[in-house]
Amino acid sequence: MVEFLSFRDGETTQEPAVTVESFTGQTNATAVRIEAGEDARELLPYLDRLSLVEVNFPAYGDGRGYSAARILRESGYQGELRAVGDVLVDQINAMRRCGFDSFHPAKPLDDAAVDRALNRYADVYQKAIDGRQPVWAKRHPETING
Amino acid sequence: MYRYDSYDQSIVDARVEEFRDQVQRRLTGALTEDQFKPLRLMNGLYLQLHAYMLRVAIPYGTLSGKQMRKLGEIAAKYDKGYGHFTTRQNLQYNWIKLADAPDILAELATVEMHAIQTSGNCIRNISSDQYAGVSADEVADPRPWAELLRQWSSFHPEFTYLPRKFKICVIASDDDRAAMKLHDIGLKLVSKDGVIGAEVYAGGGMGRTPMVAPQIRDFVPEEEIISYLEACLRVYNRYGRRDNKYKARIKILVHEIGVEDYKRQVEEEFAHMRTLGLNPPTEELDRIRAFFANPAYDTGLDEEIDLADPAFALWVDRQVAAHKAPGYAIVNISLKPLTGIPGDASAEQIELVATLAEQYSLDELRVTHAQNLVLPHVKKTDLYAIWQKLEEAGLAEANLDLITDIIACPGLDYCALANARSIPLAQKIAQRFAAAERQAELGELKLKISGCINACGHHHAGHIGILGVDRKGVENFQLSLGGSGAEDTSLGQITGPGFSEDGVVDAIEKVTDLYLAQRESGERFLDTYRRLGMKPFKEAIYG
Amino acid sequence: MKILTGNDLVSGDVIWWAGDGWSRQVGDSADVSDHGDDLARTEEAALRVVGAYVIDATVTDEGVRPAHIKDRIRALGPTVRPDLNLKPNDADAGNWVI
Repeated sequence: MVEFLSFRDGETTQEPAVTVESFTGQTNATAVRIEAGEDARELLPYLDRLSLVEVNFPAYGDGRGYSAARILRESGYQGELRAVGDVLVDQINAMRRCGFDSFHPAKPLDDAAVDRALNRYADVYQKAIDGRQPVWAKRHPETING
Repeated sequence: MYRYDSYDQSIVDARVEEFRDQVQRRLTGALTEDQFKPLRLMNGLYLQLHAYMLRVAIPYGTLSGKQMRKLGEIAAKYDKGYGHFTTRQNLQYNWIKLADAPDILAELATVEMHAIQTSGNCIRNISSDQYAGVSADEVADPRPWAELLRQWSSFHPEFTYLPRKFKICVIASDDDRAAMKLHDIGLKLVSKDGVIGAEVYAGGGMGRTPMVAPQIRDFVPEEEIISYLEACLRVYNRYGRRDNKYKARIKILVHEIGVEDYKRQVEEEFAHMRTLGLNPPTEELDRIRAFFANPAYDTGLDEEIDLADPAFALWVDRQVAAHKAPGYAIVNISLKPLTGIPGDASAEQIELVATLAEQYSLDELRVTHAQNLVLPHVKKTDLYAIWQKLEEAGLAEANLDLITDIIACPGLDYCALANARSIPLAQKIAQRFAAAERQAELGELKLKISGCINACGHHHAGHIGILGVDRKGVENFQLSLGGSGAEDTSLGQITGPGFSEDGVVDAIEKVTDLYLAQRESGERFLDTYRRLGMKPFKEAIYG
Repeated sequence: MKILTGNDLVSGDVIWWAGDGWSRQVGDSADVSDHGDDLARTEEAALRVVGAYVIDATVTDEGVRPAHIKDRIRALGPTVRPDLNLKPNDADAGNWVI
């Protein structure tokens, strides 16, 4: 079983994450935690100084964190993006696609199950954050690659 | 019809194996029911009143003969010999064993079918017009769009845990046969300066708070539809209510913040989304479109139909619609025999329709949201032969859009959520109005029954709608009038206090009698109701 | 009386706690008194039942009768398919649920 998973090269951030409210009110914190329902766009002015954004999933069915992750990545955030809380093995793949690169689930995950989940689907239908070519791009390589 | 390429097939095959793994984990106890439930629901497997129920996706209601035959085989092999066609153009099996579910999905995958996202808080099966591609009045074929959206919505990484389920419909005719404005998002294809695009409607739906979707954009060009829908969904995913499941559909968000504010937020998000390269190239829609090109219609066909047999003539008059190609017709097959169960078909009937599709309809058939079937490309000269075969199989009822063509959800006979039984009531109404002359006299009259507030039977959109409720442990039925799911979309109004099962049949007779007495030339029941208003109908019912 | 019902995990069949195991016949139901919730947990953990819950029922001349129509329909089968009911030879079986 694994309690923490990282797909980043090199070190992960150890600094404890502060709330969005206290983060935007101070200048030295570099790690922040977004709760479901908080607006990820509030962080956009500070992306340069952030090294860790934790996105909390209060329940596996609360999908707001997927949008938060994509918004940060779409705006150029390069730091660690960590999913925390009720993160289940059957969701890891979609989270990776939305830009999460580390995971700290409330309950540990089975390593083998994580591997299976991440390698299950050889192809995807949508362009997302993970750089995978959607099938429509593979179907029309000349158009996509110029 | 669309055919899978190796990418589509590998994705569906992978899903079968993923689900097999999940079921195995459940059967060995590695997953508790609480953990397994969301996983099985994402694949359309419910635990219903009597057994597990599996809902199979029929994308935009289109099937080949081979696919239909497979549905019949599965009904015979794994179920109790029948299936139920739903108001979402899908098929449900009522008696599935958990251990068999992965094998059923594997069999479906062999004919390019699946149960992906037929439940759960995700984007559901895309619905469309059962006459798509064959009616003369559409600006473009909506099916390529529906297929594009099917692929885009399958395993969408951001929109699989929405506040609530999400239903999208695509049509392309002024005549709305798919209740487009009663979907979370409705698209109507239009042509603007020679370019095809979509009018977009958002926030419609039935359930306990029915709403007709307002238009949020008058044109999205086809090459940007994906990024526009991503914007619509993102605003909903972020701001749709999650504190109360009864207020979680997009219609409540649009209603609470107002359509103008929702539009503004979508436009802001769209301005951002359209820069991200999310749209497939136009070549992809062209690729899909090629699958839906006109089939090779024969020419020089006889237009005349020999109507010497009066029963056949009646059926042609009721069940056959105009086709865009000369010499061809669209055949509607009623799944509403007077003593039957709306939408149910036996394995043998499914097999027969598969054969008819192969022999007479260029290997294609459709499922309608009114729980009937359609053979879309039939030579007029073949109509008599088809009718004879349907007659033999109990499928030749001539009641399309008449009072006995009742939409009914499975109700308390099958459904764990229901409060009252829908099917026995549908059967009682059909018996009361059984006489063909009487049905014809009443003309178009859409009667829809739901066994609970979730409104799977579309009662809000019925010219006459019935909602089953539980009154102190006894079934009770509320009557409503004036709904429509067509291009003149409207929501029915409740007449007043509810009735017993027999009482509601009597009440329907009173309102139809009033209609016959008061109608003006050419008026349907709905038109007379709209002209007169509720008052005289209420008086007729409650005296 | 209180009786315990649920669905067989593997087949999905409606089942009733009969005192020493599960039965397809509501008539075999045993009074679980106030042990129902504990039994449900144990039996669910043993993978013999899913979605188990306790209901009220009475004993009548015709046998055990669940208090709510929903459970009477579960006990009998769909009223519109007499051929699939527990009493396929009784044309009036559907009236029992009302």
